Amino acid sequence: MSYAWNWGVLFQSPYLGWLGQGIAMTIVISLAGWAIAITIGTLIGVLHSGGRGAMRMVTGSYINLFRNVPLLLQMFLWFFVVPELLPKTVGTWLKRDLPHPEIVTAIVALGLFTASRVAVQVSAGIAAVPRGQSMAARASGLSTVQAYRHVLLPQAFRIVVPPLTSEFLTIFKNSSIALTIGVYELTAQTQQIQSFTYQGFEAFTAATVVYMAIALVVTTLMTAIERRISVAGSAAKG
Amino acid sequence: MVAMIRIEGLSKSYGEVAVLRNCSLEVARGEVVVICGPSGSGKSTFVKCINGIEPIQAGRVVIDGDDLPSKPAAAARIRSRVGMVFQHFELYPHLTVMENVCLAQIHVLKRSRAEAEDKARSLLERVGLVDKEAAYPGQLSGGQQQRIAIVRALAMDPLAMLFDEPTSALDPEMIGEVLAVMLELAREGMTMVVVTHEMGFAKAAADRVVFMDRGEIVEVAETRRFFAEPSSERARLFLSRILAH
Repeated sequence: MSYAWNWGVLFQSPYLGWLGQGIAMTIVISLAGWAIAITIGTLIGVLHSGGRGAMRMVTGSYINLFRNVPLLLQMFLWFFVVPELLPKTVGTWLKRDLPHPEIVTAIVALGLFTASRVAVQVSAGIAAVPRGQSMAARASGLSTVQAYRHVLLPQAFRIVVPPLTSEFLTIFKNSSIALTIGVYELTAQTQQIQSFTYQGFEAFTAATVVYMAIALVVTTLMTAIERRISVAGSAAKG
Repeated sequence: MVAMIRIEGLSKSYGEVAVLRNCSLEVARGEVVVICGPSGSGKSTFVKCINGIEPIQAGRVVIDGDDLPSKPAAAARIRSRVGMVFQHFELYPHLTVMENVCLAQIHVLKRSRAEAEDKARSLLERVGLVDKEAAYPGQLSGGQQQRIAIVRALAMDPLAMLFDEPTSALDPEMIGEVLAVMLELAREGMTMVVVTHEMGFAKAAADRVVFMDRGEIVEVAETRRFFAEPSSERARLFLSRILAH
């Protein structure tokens, strides 16, 4: 293979700037999406675990819909289809006046997709808390909300942190799909560097290293949280 | 005299399976009632129905003159006045001993934290565990956990205490320390309903014994008479089995 290596290209203007912007965009849409995912996912997970009848059907439908449709298709639906289905003024505003509609759409799509996965983990975490705990809480006169708030959720949260770590890692990787609707995140920027310089190996190696560095930071952070919330005397810690 | 606990015609089933059939019982203020019977006879379910944590399908439960209502909020208020001690303790593992004892005091009875902690300390002192207030349940023995579970229930100033096989999950050497606390409570005049296989406790503390079998209350008798001459054949058979060794 004859290939003229030139790692220096990564540090030249404007490519270094593109790389930096790509990293920043990946982090921004992932974290913003994660904030949506955690909020809505927890809410739906809680309602799903405690709900019966109509409530459970609504939460179950959300989970099935968002978890089973490919993320790429969801991006396209939010970007191209949803604005047409909304009332005309809202649709026009989304398409014409909303600043950076592709970024907002990417965040919403990533967030709602990941929320369905978080909801499943949260719901399973609550179900994993022994039944006697909710009995004890109710026997002492705590209301359902109080029992969730003080007894069930803190325990479910501890159960759920390890699987949530993997969802948190996944949202950074999934954020690369946003390039399909025109978001210049890390993968898109490196692709652009490649097409301008023909130094594809260097550009994509840089992306690989950055994604792995992000994963390392996330894993370290989540391990620290796990250690912080571990309960003295509990057998679950290995 | 007004009964502290009155249960009338209580029935419950899981689908086709009837677990409780037309059970009625009155417990007077200050009375100690032991419920015994073979496993699967519905004792645990019965005692859980008394404070409504198991829903009932027919019948009435009246606590200190108040009907246990089906509305959750009103039921919670009455339930907070009936202490419950479980076979597997069910302390909250993520909270310290002090937080376990204070949680419902603060959020249900709306006591201040200082007030709740004072109450907790005086009760922990009584069961000899005041030095464990900062420990987590997982760091304590089963006997210690069960005594703290009793303290957690007592901190609510209950009208009555329900015990669901409180010593069944304990190692033999720890049963004594829990029974000692329960005996003291009984002597102080606490109204108690105790599901247990500890016939020694029944003889020492119970005013009456309820014998259950296959979801029915077969016999209710004054303690001495129950052990000396049970009137039902089933109770006689049960006693001969468990007292034989």
